[in-house]
Amino acid sequence: MGYQWNWGVFMQPSGTGDDTYLSWMFAGFQMTIALSLSAWVLALILGALIGVLRTVPNKALAGIATAYVELFRNIPLLVQLFIWYFVLPELLPESLGNAFKQSNPIMQQFLASMVCLGLFTSARVAEQVRAGINSLPKGQKNAGLALGFTLPQTYRFVMLPMAFRLVVPPLTSEFLNIFKNSAVCSTIGLLELAAQGRQLVDYTAQPYESFIAVTVAYVMINVVIMMLMRRLETKVAVPGYIGGK
Amino acid sequence: MHEFDWSSIPGALPFLWDGMKISLEITIQAVIFGIVWGTLLAMMRLSSVKPLSWFAAGYVNFFRAIPLVMVLLWFFLIVPKFIEQLFGLPSGTDMRLASAMIGFALFESAYYSEIIRAGIQSVPKGQIAAASALGMTYSQSMRLVLLPQAFRNMVPLLLTQAIILFQDTSLVYVSALADFFGAAYKVGDRDGRLVELLLFAGAVYFVICFSASQIVKRLQKKYHPA
Repeated sequence: MGYQWNWGVFMQPSGTGDDTYLSWMFAGFQMTIALSLSAWVLALILGALIGVLRTVPNKALAGIATAYVELFRNIPLLVQLFIWYFVLPELLPESLGNAFKQSNPIMQQFLASMVCLGLFTSARVAEQVRAGINSLPKGQKNAGLALGFTLPQTYRFVMLPMAFRLVVPPLTSEFLNIFKNSAVCSTIGLLELAAQGRQLVDYTAQPYESFIAVTVAYVMINVVIMMLMRRLETKVAVPGYIGGK
Repeated sequence: MHEFDWSSIPGALPFLWDGMKISLEITIQAVIFGIVWGTLLAMMRLSSVKPLSWFAAGYVNFFRAIPLVMVLLWFFLIVPKFIEQLFGLPSGTDMRLASAMIGFALFESAYYSEIIRAGIQSVPKGQIAAASALGMTYSQSMRLVLLPQAFRNMVPLLLTQAIILFQDTSLVYVSALADFFGAAYKVGDRDGRLVELLLFAGAVYFVICFSASQIVKRLQKKYHPA
C-alpha cells in the first residue's frame, strides 16, 4: 500500500498551535482515566446498594431493585448515553435544565458520561453482588439471626463482609469494561482517548499512527488494571473458597 | 417542561424498520460467524500444539482488551481500502455495512470463544478418555461426544451474548450507518424531535432485549432445573 508512515507526527505542533499532538493524546488518556474512575465509584456504591436490595425478603424493595437492573441492562449503552445527554435536560424542570445547558460544554459531556457509565455499570455490579450474597451458605444468615442480630445487623456483620470479598474477582472484568465502554462517550463529543484519536486523523491525515497509539493505550490500561486486580484478588481471597488458598 | 409530540414516528416507521433490518442482519451474521470461528479458536486454545494455543490466546486477549468502538473505527478504516484493492473497485464505494459486519464478526468471536472454551471444559474429562478408549479419533470424539454436550450446556450463555451483541450493533453509529438507532437519530434530528425518537428507540430496544432475556431464562430453567 502506498501509505507514508510518519511516527514523528506526534511530536509536531498540533493544529491549534501551542502544543504537540502527543499532548492531545495524553489529554485524552487523562480524560478516559478520570471518567472511568469517577463512574466506577458511582457504579460500586449504587451497585452494592441495589445488589443487596435484590436479596432482601421485602418484595417491594427487591422488585424495585430488579426493575432497576433490567432497565439498565436491556437498553444499549449508546442509547442510554444519548438519553442522558440530549433527553434528560429537556425533561428536567426548566430552571434546572437551562442551568445544565448553560454550563461549560465539557462539564455537560463529562457529567452525562459519568452518570451514564456509572448507572449502566452499577446494574452489572449489582448482579455480581447479588450472586455473591446468594452464594453464601444459608446457615450464615440463619446463624446471625439465631444469635439475635436483626436482619440489617446480619447483613452488616455476617453476610456482606464475606460477600464483598467473594465478589472481587468477577468485578475485575466489570472494572475493565468500564474503561472500554468509556470509548462510547466519544459519540457525544467528549474528548477522551478514542475521540482524540479520531481528531488526530482529521488534523494529520495519519490514521494508522493515531489508531495504533490509541489501541496501544487501551491495551496498556487493560494490562495495568489486570495486574493490580490480581494482587487485590489474592489479598482478599477467602481461604477454602474457589480462588482462595 | 418539554411538550411531547410523537407525530413524526408513525410516518417514519418504514425507515425505522429498514434500520432494524440492518441491526438484525449484523447481529445474525456475527452470531453465526462468531460461533463457528469462536469454536475453532476455543479448540485451538485447548489444543496441545503450542503455537495454535498461543495464537488463539493472543487473538482473544487482544480483542477483549480494546473497546468495540475502536475495533469498528479500525475496520471502517482498513476494510474498504483492502476490498477496493482486492476487487479493483472504484475508491469511495460504500462499504460501511461490509466493514461493520467483518468487524463485529471478528470481535464477537473472541467473546464467543471464551464461552465455548468454558463449555468444553465443563464436560467431564472421563468423556474424552472414554471416547479415546472406544477408538475414536480426536475429531470424532470432538464432533460426536464433546461438542454436542458442551453446546447443550452453553445455549443460554450463547443466547445472552447474542442479546448483548444486538445492543452493541447500535455502535455502528460511529460510521453514520443507518441501523435502527442511526435511523431513529436521523428522523429525530430532521424533525427536531430528538427527545421523542431517542425515548422511542430506548423503549424498542428494551422490549426486544427484555423479552429475549426472559425467553432465555425459561430455556435455562427447562434444560437445567436447579
